[in-house]
Amino acid sequence: MKPFTPLHGLVAPLDRANVDTDAIIPKQFLKSIKRSGFGPNAFDEWRYLDRGEPGMDCTNRPINPDFVLNQARYQGASVLLTRENFGCGSSREHAPWALEDYGFRAIIASSFADIFFNNCFKNGVLPIVLAADVVDRLFQETLATEGYCLNVDLAAQTVTTPSGEVIAFEVDGERKHRLLNGLDDIALTLQFTDQIKAYEERRRVEAAWLFA
Amino acid sequence: MNPRTLYDKLWDAHVVHQEANGTALIYIDRHLVHEVTSPQAFEGLKLSGRKLWRAKTVLATPDHNVPTCNREAGIVDVVSRTQVETLDANCAEYGLNEFRMDDSRQGIVHVIGPEQGFTLPGATLVCGDSHTSTHGAFAALAFGIGTSEVEHVLATQCLWQKKSHTMLVKVDGYLPAGVTAKDIALAIIGKIGTAGGNGYAVEFGGSAIRALSMEGRMTLCNMAIEAGARAGMVAADEKTIAYVEGRPQAPKGAAWEQAVAYWRTLHSDAGAAFDALVELDAAAIRPQVTWGTSPEMVLSVQDKVPNPADAPNPVKKTDWERALVYMGLTAGTPINQISIDKAFIGSCTNSRIEDLREAAHVARWAIAHGRKVAANVKLAMVVPGSGLVKAQAEAEGLDKDFVAAGFEWRDPGCSMCLAMNADRLEPGERCASTSNRNFEGRQGQGGRTHLVSPAMAAAAAVFGHFVDIREVMK
Repeated sequence: MKPFTPLHGLVAPLDRANVDTDAIIPKQFLKSIKRSGFGPNAFDEWRYLDRGEPGMDCTNRPINPDFVLNQARYQGASVLLTRENFGCGSSREHAPWALEDYGFRAIIASSFADIFFNNCFKNGVLPIVLAADVVDRLFQETLATEGYCLNVDLAAQTVTTPSGEVIAFEVDGERKHRLLNGLDDIALTLQFTDQIKAYEERRRVEAAWLFA
Repeated sequence: MNPRTLYDKLWDAHVVHQEANGTALIYIDRHLVHEVTSPQAFEGLKLSGRKLWRAKTVLATPDHNVPTCNREAGIVDVVSRTQVETLDANCAEYGLNEFRMDDSRQGIVHVIGPEQGFTLPGATLVCGDSHTSTHGAFAALAFGIGTSEVEHVLATQCLWQKKSHTMLVKVDGYLPAGVTAKDIALAIIGKIGTAGGNGYAVEFGGSAIRALSMEGRMTLCNMAIEAGARAGMVAADEKTIAYVEGRPQAPKGAAWEQAVAYWRTLHSDAGAAFDALVELDAAAIRPQVTWGTSPEMVLSVQDKVPNPADAPNPVKKTDWERALVYMGLTAGTPINQISIDKAFIGSCTNSRIEDLREAAHVARWAIAHGRKVAANVKLAMVVPGSGLVKAQAEAEGLDKDFVAAGFEWRDPGCSMCLAMNADRLEPGERCASTSNRNFEGRQGQGGRTHLVSPAMAAAAAVFGHFVDIREVMK
């Protein structure tokens, strides 16, 4: 996993609540057995006017001019600003894969769905929870100012606006550590091999039916 | 010891290592694997040269991509076929128990786990699928995970978790005839919202939950994730134990006795504290129909499509407006005047034998009244949850009732719940569906989904529009 480095990123506003992972990456693209290449199909049904299928060359597809991410001013955005319960529904990790491949490194919302939130941290994407009124204000500022960028500093746990306002956010210490350092979860867990084996030995006796 | 919730008990029994900051390494007893969310996990294992920790904890089956008709011809879509073949190859390479597409036990992961006795009370169970919450019906701690965590469990048998908050959803009283576990689930989501359970492990309790069959409890726990809760659960009781007994992978002999003694302790202690409490009166729940593009956009069949002007806040107002446009509905339209193009009876929510019996009851009613699937309904399909459910239904003659009433009787799989195989809605088509998500495009791009119970879906197919099942079956 890529370490999360301080980010100065253009903000794209997706003003919808309850954006589900089916919308982030529709099911037909889940047939891929790869981990990469989902970016061109992120938000496929909102982004294009035709029906997307795996293997299509997306550069030739008709673009939906009404979809916010298609506006010229938001090209190259790396911070996604959105509303409550972002990432609800399916557990598909293809959703953060698609957002990361599209170019998003941080997502700001007033809340996230649990599984999606967890999946982001496994893929170098930082989900940031801010109060609904702060999110509201960031929407207003983003819409009012072309080229609106935010600084995201995970180490300091801050988002800084162009006017210099510093907004603090919470993040779990362990997740922060792993994301900042791009650590491999499995390698870390395997350091607990002795504890896992000891647990299994105990459970073989007290819950033998789980080890039949 | 202080009184503990069921969730506390399940959690405590599985802590391998506790960090000071509250994060714990949790042991996973059971792991269901399907073709969509596993290939990248196996690839990761191979790239890092890691071994599987404990292959016997895995049960695999292809379900999302499999065709529900003409299965002998194989999977026509090359990309789908490759994904299923990749699962077959990975399971063979790592020595995993897999029910392949041509196995009579193949089916939706969340149907075959309980059916095989693979899902056991008191166990931790995960799957790269959000509807893993289903298995909580057995007083198990079951939740969906992403592909990175699938790989993590394959390699370490563990997951890093923070303990969730606890919510008790208490449903007391008697459910009226024609009202099912699906209606309870939708009524709960309508009440607390699709994010209402975020951060919570939910326990469903109360006399109405105790009265549900195991199938009903699975339907209910399955939908916990649609309320935002990763895990839903129901305390173990005699029904739980009776369901598990004799299943192929259930414990036998002395191990069975030992297991049952423990399983009887799997309930929240009297006086155990929950972080949140939600109460519903079962008697007040009516047959539910979703009208929008989120499961929380739900009303009873007697209601009318709502007006965005009545939305509780500006964000919801915009959501409702967008949903009405997408769904092609006008505020004020009575739900029972909405006509449908297709009906889908199936999915990990509602494809078990009891669900099929309820739908078949409507099919028989139709035949007895000289009716069939309505002329305006292009397709009404019944997709059993597994090969064994299919065989059971056929042994009971349900397939003949369905076919005689104009329904199609298919092979098991996820099918049109998410339309990864050939079963899907075309743009603008409206479907009465027993599945779990009415998101935009879920059943096919531009498709319009209304979530209902099996009997309500069958009745909508027969009448061509939503009807109150209680009126029909009087």
